[in-house]
Amino acid sequence: MSWITCINTEPREAMNNLRRSLLKAATVGVSATVAYGVLAPLKALAALWPATAFEAKTIEEALKAAGVIDPVTSEAIAIKAPEIAENGAQVPVEVTSQLPGTRSIYIFVDKNPQPLAGTFEFRGGAEPFVSTRIKMGETSILRVVVQSDGKFYVATREVKVTIGGCGE
Amino acid sequence: MPDPIRMRIKLTDGIADVRVLIGHPMETGLRKDAKTGELVPMHFIETVSATLNGKVVLEAQWSRAIARNPYLQFRVRGAKVNDEIGIAWIDNHGETSSAKANVPPSS
Repeated sequence: MSWITCINTEPREAMNNLRRSLLKAATVGVSATVAYGVLAPLKALAALWPATAFEAKTIEEALKAAGVIDPVTSEAIAIKAPEIAENGAQVPVEVTSQLPGTRSIYIFVDKNPQPLAGTFEFRGGAEPFVSTRIKMGETSILRVVVQSDGKFYVATREVKVTIGGCGE
Repeated sequence: MPDPIRMRIKLTDGIADVRVLIGHPMETGLRKDAKTGELVPMHFIETVSATLNGKVVLEAQWSRAIARNPYLQFRVRGAKVNDEIGIAWIDNHGETSSAKANVPPSS
């Protein structure tokens, strides 16, 4: 069963979960407005999950599907990641952008079966910084794209992987 | 019932540094169950949103390539003591979870 089928066949469960969360929030005396404030945009966002970009199988296709057009190499994007990752199932990646007006950060792993690992979009107040851990199937280029003022910028670095983490 | 979300917040010069640990298997669909030899179905968080006092500050869209029990660190400008940071996620099964924490005083 593909993940698309999963999403399409289970909206009822999602709604029930949401209802349960709201109910729970109300009963324990936490403002339901707050829970709504967190979960309602989440529902809207989930519908926007960029399936085509995430399922693309080559870096070229993934970049195209993510809407990345003519990215310019930039030294204002700092990528912190290990040179050698012994465990491909847990590779720490930290990205800081010094590009003014940074709107989002995209993390790609060129040689993963699906190169796009994640996207991070910043709204009012969030610093153009993110740190997370990703899975890498093998030694690969880590490609970070930053969208700033409607333009795209890119930085890369290689991470050598001793034991791949895609089966994890 | 999904595993809990753990948050650690540190306030420095008006910037809240937020570290989040989410309990989730993040199954790729490529892993074989050690006992049955069958592929474990895909099960992963697709969307995470972070809020400051109910206003969205970060939206993340994830693939199966985010590591198991995801770690997420971000920073929010203009945060004050007692401000509320919220985290919520939804996965490909439609399961959701959320957590809230208040910004502690600088130590």
